[in-house]
Amino acid sequence: MKKIALALAAVAGIAATGAWAQGYPTRPITMIVPFAAGGPTDVVARIVTDHMSRTLGQQIVIENVAGAGGTTGITRAAQSEPDGYTIMMGHMGTHGAAPALYPNLKYDPTKDFAPIGMAAGTPIVIVAKKDFPANDLKGFLEYLKANGEKVNMAHAGVGSVSHSTGIFFNSVVKAKPTMVTYRGTGPALNDLMANTVDFMTDQIVNVAPQIQGGNIKAFAIATPERSPVLPNVPTTKEAGLDGYEVSAWNAVFAPKGTPPEVVKKLSDALSKSLDDENTKKRLLELGGVIPSASERTPEALQKLVESEVARWTPVLKAAGATAQ
Amino acid sequence: MGDFLSNLSLGFGVALSLQNLGLAFLGCLVGTLIGVLPGVGPIATIAMLLPITFGLDPVGALIMLAGIYYGAQYGGSTTAILVNIPGEATSVVTALDGHQMARQGRAGVALGIAAIGSFFAGTVATLVIAALGAPLTGLALIFGPTEYFSLMVMGLVFAVVLARGSILKAVAMILTGVLLSTVGLDLETGEERMTFGLSFLSDGIDFAVLAMGIFGIAEIMRNLDHTEHRDVVRQAIGRLLPNRDDFKQSYKPVLRGTLIGAILGILPGNGAVLGPFASYTLEKKLAKDPRRFGRGAIEGVAGPESANNAGAQTSFIPLLTLGIPPNAVMALMVGAMTIHGIIPGPQVMTKNPTLFWGMIASMWVGNLMLLVINLPLVGMWVRLLKVPYRLLFPAILMFCCIGIYSINSLPTDVMFIALFGLVGYMLIKFGFEPAPMLLGFVLGKLMEENLRRSLILSRGSLETFVERPISAGLLAVAAILLVIALLPSIRKGRDEVFTE
Repeated sequence: MKKIALALAAVAGIAATGAWAQGYPTRPITMIVPFAAGGPTDVVARIVTDHMSRTLGQQIVIENVAGAGGTTGITRAAQSEPDGYTIMMGHMGTHGAAPALYPNLKYDPTKDFAPIGMAAGTPIVIVAKKDFPANDLKGFLEYLKANGEKVNMAHAGVGSVSHSTGIFFNSVVKAKPTMVTYRGTGPALNDLMANTVDFMTDQIVNVAPQIQGGNIKAFAIATPERSPVLPNVPTTKEAGLDGYEVSAWNAVFAPKGTPPEVVKKLSDALSKSLDDENTKKRLLELGGVIPSASERTPEALQKLVESEVARWTPVLKAAGATAQ
Repeated sequence: MGDFLSNLSLGFGVALSLQNLGLAFLGCLVGTLIGVLPGVGPIATIAMLLPITFGLDPVGALIMLAGIYYGAQYGGSTTAILVNIPGEATSVVTALDGHQMARQGRAGVALGIAAIGSFFAGTVATLVIAALGAPLTGLALIFGPTEYFSLMVMGLVFAVVLARGSILKAVAMILTGVLLSTVGLDLETGEERMTFGLSFLSDGIDFAVLAMGIFGIAEIMRNLDHTEHRDVVRQAIGRLLPNRDDFKQSYKPVLRGTLIGAILGILPGNGAVLGPFASYTLEKKLAKDPRRFGRGAIEGVAGPESANNAGAQTSFIPLLTLGIPPNAVMALMVGAMTIHGIIPGPQVMTKNPTLFWGMIASMWVGNLMLLVINLPLVGMWVRLLKVPYRLLFPAILMFCCIGIYSINSLPTDVMFIALFGLVGYMLIKFGFEPAPMLLGFVLGKLMEENLRRSLILSRGSLETFVERPISAGLLAVAAILLVIALLPSIRKGRDEVFTE
């Protein structure tokens, strides 16, 4: 009986486009994650799609297409058929900082996508080596002011979250530390723990275990509220720094032109996944912030992308940061 | 000591449960079978198979993933020996003498000694991790950019020694490799270098693409232009397993390889990649008759394969004790752990002792499984060589294309292996050896990045390389090695080898 119903749905789907969207999805959906398997964005994608697949009744298959700060994968996803069977996990870099970093970018984050919804926010933490002379954000900022270029700031490469948020930090506190580049967060953290470099800004999921283990110290978390993962770390505002609130958010997008019914279905499935206890628990363990019902909508995501592009473009352009 | 034993028994209690034994076996088997595909190294294999572990509990999932890792690593060596296609940097060295052995009808012996050497190295490395894992963690932190650069300089000197022919040609190949490694985005500035505006070059050249073209495709072309060689591979299959003499020749290289590999594996930033090269260089220097190397010397398989496996194992130390992945495979393991709700960090050991010790014990179990799976498979792999070459080579070519495409899903990668194949064929014809170039390629990127990082940290002062004791020591060793290589008498010997 079920089989007959499915077959009927398939036939109806071919017959009429309106009915086609109602039948969606009839085959597995590919989600392009523009970073390597195992990275923070990949982990969020896999956790969120696990429950979404069950709601939709079709498996969401993750395809990792890494390269050029995530823009390779997003470019490919943006150019794919807008039928709802190719979606993507974008983030702060690909849909916020990229236009400033990549002058030849082949997509416009504000125009070429059908936003589906925010998946999770990942707070940024300001961390320093264990032997750093200061113990709180106030002392740290004073030290930074007094020592200027003598301070070494680590980041994980042009276009990485730690790079963009680090430049933003420097522009907010008007500091000019010497930038030391690493290929990825792992090696950067390694040298931070070895007291080779002085400080960096990075996503909570990467640094929290080292903070808890006492290998590095945290000065502040750049969110409006403290994180349950690091309850003793004050927010930037509490620590006396205004204007530095930043999150490496991850959000689901579809290519422009995806039928509204399909967007709605995906958006509802995403929202349902974020309400699932197990999904919630796993995201919270990573230090993730789960978006509220009003922050999850496609409209809210479109607004966020527009505001992020507007925020990152002047900051990164002023710092002269480009990655052709 | 009591602690050590109780920890180990806790670990084995976890690893030897029926479910986990089964998962270790399954992981090793699947890893071996997929890793045998040319170009599909451990990273691609784990990434592909990651989703199948989702339904499992974290310990079981990680045991299975670790099994896939060892399996793929070993599978890569099989391809290197049988068809001269190294899937990743560490099996380049295995291909040198391993494939020559296969051509001489000793493929079974090469595969057998690789499996046995790996098992021994894995056993020792497991014990090292269990006993000294925590104290050795410090080693990863001593090695900053300066020390790393000096280590890479030493590595490049290995590449000179590695070559059989003229030193000049070897140096030219190393420098070509270093230059190739600079293609792509400049790490510091984000500018594109030598990409000719082609977007697929902006992330640089993939190692697997280069190695597969230069070694594998070029090898196929060479085989097709002289018929007699391929018959050699076809006719004599020989013994399937190493005999007493083989063991006698191999046990010292295995011991030395294990030691070198275990130490280099702990270093951050993919230090393990140097292990097989260092072991090969050492064996060649110690050998009574270095000319046998590159012509099917069993020591040239036994040592590097042991170093490779020991390093693969000890590179788990920084991951398990610090939560810092030292290379791309371990970064993938971090992801796998986080997906399973365990966030790697210094607390894993105390918070999840069953996971920590269970994984360590499962490493040994995994190595045993590899031996159990691979010794019977040796016969099957060797029989593959009996397939007529006119049928075999199209299959190899097809698997190469599928393998390389599956890594990045880029059609340009497939075209690139053809291009590098042509280049590799020309190199063979002109008497240039590709191995030093690949080492230059692997080390070049690390070397450049660490040089610039050190100079940024020292604000441009070159003295930093001699002021730091470890760095100074490594540079001194490099200088001595280079002098030995360049000494006239030895050079004469080398030229003889070349002209012979």
